[in-house]
Formats: sequence, structure tokens, C-alpha cells
Amino acid sequence: MMSTQGAYYIPHKATWPVAATIGLMTSLAGFANYLNGNAAGSTFMLVGLSIFIIMIGGWFTLQATESETGMYNKGVGISYRMAMMWFIFSEIMFFAVFFGTLWYTRNLSVDWLANIGDGPGRSSGMLWPSFEAVWPTNGPGHIGGEFEPMGAFGLPLLNTLILLTSGVTCTWAHHGLIEKNRGQLIKGLAMTVGLGFLFVAFQAIEYQEAYHEMGLTLGSGIYGSTFFMLTGFHGFHVCVGAIILTVVLFRSSKGHFTPENHFAFEAAAWYWHFVDVVWLGLFIFVYMM
Amino acid sequence: MSAVTAEHEHDDHHDHGPEKGLLRWVITTNHKDIGTLYLLFALAMFFVGGIMALVIRAELFEPGMQFVSPQFFNSMTTMHALVMVFGAVMPAFVGFANWQIPLMIGAPDMALPRMNNMSFWMLVGGVLLLASTLFMEGGAPASGWTLYPPLVLQTGAALPFAIFSVHMLGISSIMGAINIIATIFNMRAPKMTLMKMPLFVWTWLITAFLLIAIMPVFAGAVTMLLTDRFFDTSFFNAAGGGDPVLYQHIFWFFGHPEVYVMILPTFGVASTIIPVFARKPLFGYSSMVYATAAIAFLSFIVWAHHMFTVGMPMAGELYFMYATMLIAIPTGVKIFNWTATMWRGSMTFETPMLFSIAFVVLFTMGGFTGLMMSMAPIDFQYHDTYFIVAHFHYTLVPASVFILMAGGYFWLPKWTGNMYDEKLGKLHFWLSAVSVNILFFPQHFLGLAGMPRRIPDYAVQFADWNMVSSVGAFIFGFSQLLFLYIVIHTIKGGTGEKVSDEVWEDAHKHGLEWTLPSPVPYHTFATPPDKIPTEHF
Ligand code: HEM
Ligand SMILES: [Cu+2]
Repeated sequence: MMSTQGAYYIPHKATWPVAATIGLMTSLAGFANYLNGNAAGSTFMLVGLSIFIIMIGGWFTLQATESETGMYNKGVGISYRMAMMWFIFSEIMFFAVFFGTLWYTRNLSVDWLANIGDGPGRSSGMLWPSFEAVWPTNGPGHIGGEFEPMGAFGLPLLNTLILLTSGVTCTWAHHGLIEKNRGQLIKGLAMTVGLGFLFVAFQAIEYQEAYHEMGLTLGSGIYGSTFFMLTGFHGFHVCVGAIILTVVLFRSSKGHFTPENHFAFEAAAWYWHFVDVVWLGLFIFVYMM
Repeated sequence: MSAVTAEHEHDDHHDHGPEKGLLRWVITTNHKDIGTLYLLFALAMFFVGGIMALVIRAELFEPGMQFVSPQFFNSMTTMHALVMVFGAVMPAFVGFANWQIPLMIGAPDMALPRMNNMSFWMLVGGVLLLASTLFMEGGAPASGWTLYPPLVLQTGAALPFAIFSVHMLGISSIMGAINIIATIFNMRAPKMTLMKMPLFVWTWLITAFLLIAIMPVFAGAVTMLLTDRFFDTSFFNAAGGGDPVLYQHIFWFFGHPEVYVMILPTFGVASTIIPVFARKPLFGYSSMVYATAAIAFLSFIVWAHHMFTVGMPMAGELYFMYATMLIAIPTGVKIFNWTATMWRGSMTFETPMLFSIAFVVLFTMGGFTGLMMSMAPIDFQYHDTYFIVAHFHYTLVPASVFILMAGGYFWLPKWTGNMYDEKLGKLHFWLSAVSVNILFFPQHFLGLAGMPRRIPDYAVQFADWNMVSSVGAFIFGFSQLLFLYIVIHTIKGGTGEKVSDEVWEDAHKHGLEWTLPSPVPYHTFATPPDKIPTEHF
């Protein structure tokens, strides 16, 4: 605690946060208009997103410059690390909602629809007489029509191996950083980024197959909804993580980071491991079970 | 470097002043500026939400349709709740947190000042998106603040805007909460150990944890509403294998801790004010800390007491019933501790103390009605009647809102260096305390007699108490203009009497903030204080 006082860096103004708000608000309002069938919506969305991306670039450049010029003492580093940890915790809660949804529908509501189980939530057998509680299902109304569920072996298993390996390369890069072996740091990061984007590419192929060959879409009842929501948000997080790691790779090759001062690297690595663990959950609960 | 002027050098140091002009408020990173922004914004929203409440009470003054369409009436109940919860009460407590936490723990500012600025502006963005729905085709959301499907999916053009507004408000709250946690863990003065922190800081630490845990859950729930409406998913559609009741579980997993997000900081402020005017240390400090933690923990495992009538297996009904009753224990600990703090104290009754005492008494009533509803078979009668409306308004208005007022009277003199007008303050208190009971007490009777909530018209048997309640509402509403006047008057110079550094007699024994000059300088505790008050043990 002591060390955080005195030299703790406190910026006196912040211009990027307002840009962030304007960017986000414009893009969300644009998206909402687009959803409502309003032609101008997508334009606003793009403008908002551009503002947001410029903001991210500007703000992170500022942070990187400040960090490299030694403005952050240990205390600032601790604050940043705490912030990242709690941010990841909030992300865990976000994913928990969708895992919880999967559990609830699979184990409770699908049974209730088929007149199985305990409690008044159970529907009478007269409502859906021919519905059987099996998973995967698109419900008694066969919403979305015939579909084939996604198997676990093949691309998903390969993707599991890819992400697990990328976790190892990421840690290997960290060792390189700590042992002042910049070659290892850069190589490790490059491999991690490569594996990350490879994962995304395979995921895209998998979605392609689902939509065009298996009849499996976001609209395929509760199975399709939970499948695409969980894997989709995860895939989005992999993209974000890979982009962050790319920035870290770029900074590493410019000579940034020391064994004592490399918050950005650590944050990116934590985020990457988090994404990794979520995937393991997905592989077990969405693909295998 | 010898060429730098004294002026410039001054600028490079901590004690430089605020930016000139309006831009100061846009780009500020100063915790006091941001606290002020939050508080003023919350005050404005308090009046916006208040006008909506008066629309509701005007319509309910007499049976029959009077002023507004049923659709608009339902929009008003929905928007009133959302504006008050997310626009007024929560931001006001974040405003207090911004002002007070660094002062109370001896820190130079919040841990992440730029993110602090962003939290505020994201809040404004979220509320603007929400407010924009009032002017849309199909009207603002009219499903109640709980946004239950399938009803909410019938909302017109407003639906995606309301959903995105929840996302932005969530981002704002999470960033604010992260900042508070980092500040409390990382920025305390060396001697400020955890168990010496003022209770306000403790309650906010725990509240911040709640926020980070629940806001993403709410975001997830409304995201599924969005995809159900626009992207063909079946999360809440039984025909596709989903379940609308699932939404209720997710919502209340967020919603129940959310009500504690509004009440825990309330407890913290009350625990700060009462000892000062009782001239005694807070009774049972550590039990207060543990009780707060216990309440926070329990708040995660009781959510389905909002769903007793919805259809749950018997085991679920029983579990949620007993778990809910448990909350009364740590809550009771707190009530007894505040009472014991006042016991044999040499009390004086300045406005902040009056509001705090009213809080202890009236919040207890809200707690008791909560306990009544925690019994599942009994809640079958009370659920979705005016009884529950009375319950949560007792826990929110004469509790959270009163304590926000108390905190305002308590700290404004410190922040501005000016004294408010005590006579007017007392007048404001008595008007509020009497009218709030005229407003909400009869709603217990209405609910017990069977009047449902969220309806614009009702059977004539409910006419009398509705009329009484509406009269109370208008007195309460207009009394708050007095508060607005007092706040502005105090900021502009108040009574003209210069307040001392400790403002309240012997307050310096109760908290670090009272050891600073009044008004508090723009930058404080650039170096950590080496002594901390120990009175609260
Ligand atoms: C002793 C503690 C408490 C208990 C046992 C309790 C119990 C309950 C129960 C059982 C309900 C559901 C009633 C129904 O829908 O039929 C309820 C509703 C509610 N409570 Fe409490 N409560 C307590 C404290 C609080 C506090 C401290 C707050 C807020 C600061 C609060 C705010 C609310 C709100 C807002 C609702 C209604 C939500 C809605 O349906 O719109 N309660 N409470
Ligand atoms: Cu509750």
C-alpha cells in the first residue's frame, strides 16, 4: 500500500472517455434503428463504430506511451491488474448466464414441456402429446425445421487442441519476457496469435457447414439458440483476445515491456486463458454431452 | 528546467486547480468533480422520475380513466422504476462514493481516474437511450421494469433502444464498481487497515462486488430478449423448447441483489451519520461489517421469492421461503446496532440525524412487510398487489432516498464550506416524513384488500385510500422542490456562516474527511495522512 502513494500517477484530464460514449451510443442507436428496419441505421452504426475504434487506438496509444516513459509506478500497476481481474470476473458472469440457460432448458424446461418432472411448471400432456424430451431439440413446435446436431469430434476437437496449445505458447512467451529473451517472447506471441486466428477460421468453417449442410441455425429452437449464442459469444471473445495479443506482439517487437513492467502483456494473457477455459466448458457441455 | 516559472511549476504538481470553463466538467478526472456530476445528474433524474410518479398518482386519484391511456400509464410505471433505480438512486450513491471514499481512506483520488470519467458518461449515454424511447412509435416500454417476456417482446420501436440502454448502464456500473474496488484495496493510507475503514467504505466495497456479479447477468438476459425478437432464437419461447419463466429466474438473480445495491450504501451512510449526532462510536462495528457481507451473500440465493406464484416445484418454494427469511437476521443486527448506537447518546437532532432516525424506523417497516411476503403461502395473496408496492417503497423511499437526503445535508457543508438553512432543512424533513407515510401507508391496506399493481383503473371499493395516497404523493413531490432550493442555496453561499473544518461537533473523531479544511480543496491527501480517527471502535 505504502508504495502506491506519493508517486501514484493521476491524469488531470481525459478526452477519450467522451469519445467512447459518443461512439458507443451512436453505434447502438444505429443498430437499434437498423433492427427496426430503418435505412439510415447501418450508416450510423458504422460511424459510431469508427469513432469507437479510433478511440480505442488513441486511448491505448496514450497508455502505452505513458507506460513506456515510466509514468506508472508499482501502485498503478496493481490498480490496473485488479481492474483486469474484476473485468474478467464480470465476463465470467456473462458467460454463466448462457451456461445456466443451457442447463435450465436441457434439464428442466424441456422435460416439463414433455410432461415429465416435478412441479406446476410441467405442462399437461394434452398440450404437446407427441413431444418427447430428448436433447438436442428444437421444441414441440419444431421451430426452424429439421436439423442435424453438431458433433464433438472433428473440427471442435481440433479447435480444442489449438486453443490448449495457444495457452502453452502464450505462457512460453511470458517466460521469454521474464528471462529477457525477446526472441522467445515474439515467437511465442506470434504462435499464439496465429493459433487464435486459426481457431476463428475453423469456427467459421464449422458455422458454414451448420448453416448450409446441417440445417442448424440460430433459429433451430432452443438447441440452435444455445449452441450459437454460447459459441458465438465465445468466438467473438477469441477475436478480441487475438487482436489484443496482436497489439502486444507489435509492441513487443518495438521493444516495449520489461520483466518488471508489462501489464498489457499480463492482461492479454489472462484474458486469453479465460477464453481458453470458457472453450473447455463449451466443449464439454455443448459439444460432448 | 530553471526557466520554468513558479506558475508552471505549480501546474505540474498536485495542487493545481480545475480546468476553466464548461469543458472542465467534460474531461475532468477529479473524483470530486465526477462525484458532483453524478450527484447533480441523479438529482435531475429524481425529478424526472418523480414527475412520472405523479402522472401515475394523478391517474389513480379516482377510479375510472382520467388523464392518460392505459398504454401510457404502463409506460409510466416502467419508466418511473427504471429512471429511479438506474438514473437516480444508484448514481447518487456512486456520487457519494466518488466524493467520500478517497477522503475517508486518505487517498489522492480514485485508482483509475480516466475510467471514472468514462463511467459517468456511459451512464448519461444509457439514460439518454432510455429516455429517447418515450418519443418513439409504440411508446416507451410498458412491461414493468422487470421486462418480462413475452409481454415485453410486444414493445414497439423502443425495444432495442431499451435493451441497449441496459447494456450501457451495465458498462457504466461495472466500470464504476471496478474503480471503487481498486481504490479501496490499493489506495488506502498506510494506517487505514480494512477493519478501520468507515462503514460507508465497507458497504460500498461489498456493493461493488455485487454490481460486478449481477450487471453482466442482466445484460445477458436482455441480450436474449433481443435475439428472441430479432434473430429467431427460442430462449423464452416454449414452442422452441425454451421457457419464459427462465427469463424470470435470470432477471431476479440480478434483480434481488440489485435491490441490495441500493440499500447497502444506504446502510453505510446511516452508520456514518448516526454516531456523529449520538456522540458515540458506532455500536458493533465488526458485526456491521459481517452483517453486510452476510446480506450480500444471501442476496444471491433468494431470488425466486419474487416468483412464488409462478410455478415452482414444492422444494423450490420451501427453499426460497426459508432462505429469504434468513435475511431478516443480519438486517435485524443492523437495526439493533443503530438503535444501540443512539442509546444513551447525547443526541442532537439536526436535519441529517432526523432523516437517519426516520430511516431506521421506516426501513424496519419495509423489512417487516418483506418478511411477511417471504412466506410463500402468504405471498400468494400479496404478490402483484399494492402490498408489495408499499413494501418496496418503504425500503426505497424513506430508506434509500431519505438517507441520500441525509447524506446531502451531512456532507454539503463540508464540500462547499457553506451551511444550509437548518430551519428549511427541518421543514423539508417534516414535510417529507409525514407525506411519505400518507403516500405509502395506505397502499398496504389497498394491497391486502386485493388491489393489483400496474393498473390504471380500479374497483370503487379502493377509491378512498387511493385518494389519500395520491394526496400524499403530491405533498411529497412538491416538498422535494424545497430540497432543490436548499441545495442550490447552500452551493451559492448558504446562510453565510462559515463552517468549521469539522462542521459537526467532534466529527473529526469519526472520519478523516473532517480533518480537512472546509470547503475541501480540489486536491486532497497528495501524501497520505499519518493519523486516522479511531472513534468508531
Ligand atoms: C428483510 C428483508 C427483505 C425481505 C424478506 C424481502 C422480501 C421480498 C419479497 C418476498 C418480495 C416479493 C413479493 C412479491 O412479488 O410477491 C419482495 C419484493 C421486492 N422487494 Fe423486498 N425484501 C426485503 C428487503 C428489501 C429491500 C432492502 C429492498 C430495496 C432496497 C427491497 C426491494 C424490493 C423490491 C423492489 C421488490 C419488488 C420487485 C418487483 O416485483 O417489482 N426489499 N421483497
Ligand atoms: Cu427480492
